[in-house]
Amino acid sequence: MSIDLKTVKHISKLARISIDDEKANKLKGDLNNIFEFIEKLNELNTDNVQALTSIAETTLRFRKDEIKSENIREKILKNSPEENKDFFVVPKVVE
Amino acid sequence: MSDITSQSLFELTSNVKEKKLSSGEITKAFIDRAEKSKKLNVYVTDNFEKAIDQSKKFDSNPNFDLKLPGIPIAVKDLFCTNGVRTTAGSKILNNFVPTYESTVTQNLWSQGAILLGKLNCDEFAMGSSNETSFFGNVQNPVGENLVPGGSSGGSSAAVAANLTPVTIGTDTGGSIRQPASFTGTVGLKPTYGSCSRYGIVAFASSLDQAGPMTKNVRDCSILLEVISSFDQKDSTSIDYKRNCYSKELSKDIKGKKIGIPKEYRVDNMPDEIEQLWKNGISYAKDCGAEIIDISLPHTNYALPTYYIVAPAEASSNLARYDGVKYGFRSPGQNLIEMYEKTRSEGFGDEVKRRIMIGTYVLSSGYYDAYYLKAQKVRKLIKKDFDDAFSKVDAILTPSTPSSAFKIGEKTNDPVSMYLNDIFTVPINLAGLPGISIPAGKDKNNYPLGLQVIGKPFDEQNILNISYALEDKINFKNDISDWWLSE
Repeated sequence: MSIDLKTVKHISKLARISIDDEKANKLKGDLNNIFEFIEKLNELNTDNVQALTSIAETTLRFRKDEIKSENIREKILKNSPEENKDFFVVPKVVE
Repeated sequence: MSDITSQSLFELTSNVKEKKLSSGEITKAFIDRAEKSKKLNVYVTDNFEKAIDQSKKFDSNPNFDLKLPGIPIAVKDLFCTNGVRTTAGSKILNNFVPTYESTVTQNLWSQGAILLGKLNCDEFAMGSSNETSFFGNVQNPVGENLVPGGSSGGSSAAVAANLTPVTIGTDTGGSIRQPASFTGTVGLKPTYGSCSRYGIVAFASSLDQAGPMTKNVRDCSILLEVISSFDQKDSTSIDYKRNCYSKELSKDIKGKKIGIPKEYRVDNMPDEIEQLWKNGISYAKDCGAEIIDISLPHTNYALPTYYIVAPAEASSNLARYDGVKYGFRSPGQNLIEMYEKTRSEGFGDEVKRRIMIGTYVLSSGYYDAYYLKAQKVRKLIKKDFDDAFSKVDAILTPSTPSSAFKIGEKTNDPVSMYLNDIFTVPINLAGLPGISIPAGKDKNNYPLGLQVIGKPFDEQNILNISYALEDKINFKNDISDWWLSE
């Protein structure tokens, strides 16, 4: 199976990474090489194998449902790329 | 007393406790050496001024009961450090200053250690040569224009070059053990769930583990003891009784059963590595261990499995870098354009490649063929190890299929770069502990490592086997300080 330019552009759209045609062509080559290598898995019959879901094989813990108010608004906003007091600022979304 | 920066962690700690050295003297010695070692490019961000203040503070009121009393330590720039820039080697986090501390680094500071600075690494820990870092490649102190391995390349170089007594790295597919092997140092990846992942910039969450990188096995046991802990903040952290690894460290491995997997004899493996492995086997026998031939039949499928699972998890983890809440932002006419430009300009080529692979294998119509298939094969790989460990206590293999290569040698061929991790990746897929110890040199005088793999939570056993082998191997790195400037 090979990945064509249209698919590369489609994946880049899904991944929200804009790429120009030159980059897309280079990526197409790289991805095809990598997928050729990955296709090796098809040699194996895995019909009766259960997929691994957790490597640690433990059940997730429960914790008490308590309110822990630490008032960390300032800390959360500290690394915001654009400052505007108490909010994250993004380009206008609703016209 | 030997030169301060060439001392092991154990020696430095003893000297502090016996009041032969102060934290201030040690800290200053490492900073002075770092100032003359810029050519290696190990630091992304230094913390030298604060480190000096903290060492003075320690000396004015020392606590000698701590395991790392006033010891300065630099860490991989993948650990979030409160108030100190954390970049993960990426442009997209170039200006990120965490407001919280990773659990693993907090464990260091709680035992008296002092942060020296943040060490270079491959971007988001994706790479095997430290060449994908936004902050440039790192030089291997072993020889000029050699890669230090990756992704913890700044870490391995810093330990080998005596720029930090010990360090911590992270290992998703070999990122601690491969660079340790390339630099003649010791690196251990603990069992999945042993060290908390809280505050570590995530790459592939079902594979990532933090671990010690040191000059010798004893230091490794001390550092593991400090960083391994149960943590409520990591949902996959496992609550079990951890050993006092350094106290229980022993060279007595008589009667231990050590497995030799035939599948690790790969095509085109240099004779030197075959010989290194044979030497390791004979040393283990000399120590009274029993050598048993074993088979891990799905070994060849580990890398293809890894290159589905890891990028899939990465594409999901890295979705958070959208330019909205922190990190780099490239402005756009609308929200979507801002996302796309931010991620396009903020991520490097290797990271983009992996996000694209991951997005593809998780996309509608392909999930079963790739991701589900890979998780099934992962189960088979894990079962290989389960079966093997019903017969043996540990497994001995080479750490890497080659020694350190030249900078630029493999950058144009992603698959050949990925093959570096052929012996280390299966261990992450199975969640097992593995350690690489320096075991010899090739014809160019570049270090080569051996890997000891253990059962889950059996770090003590692989440390003991390594400790016994280290004694027999008696490795000397003989690094010439070629990079030092006045």
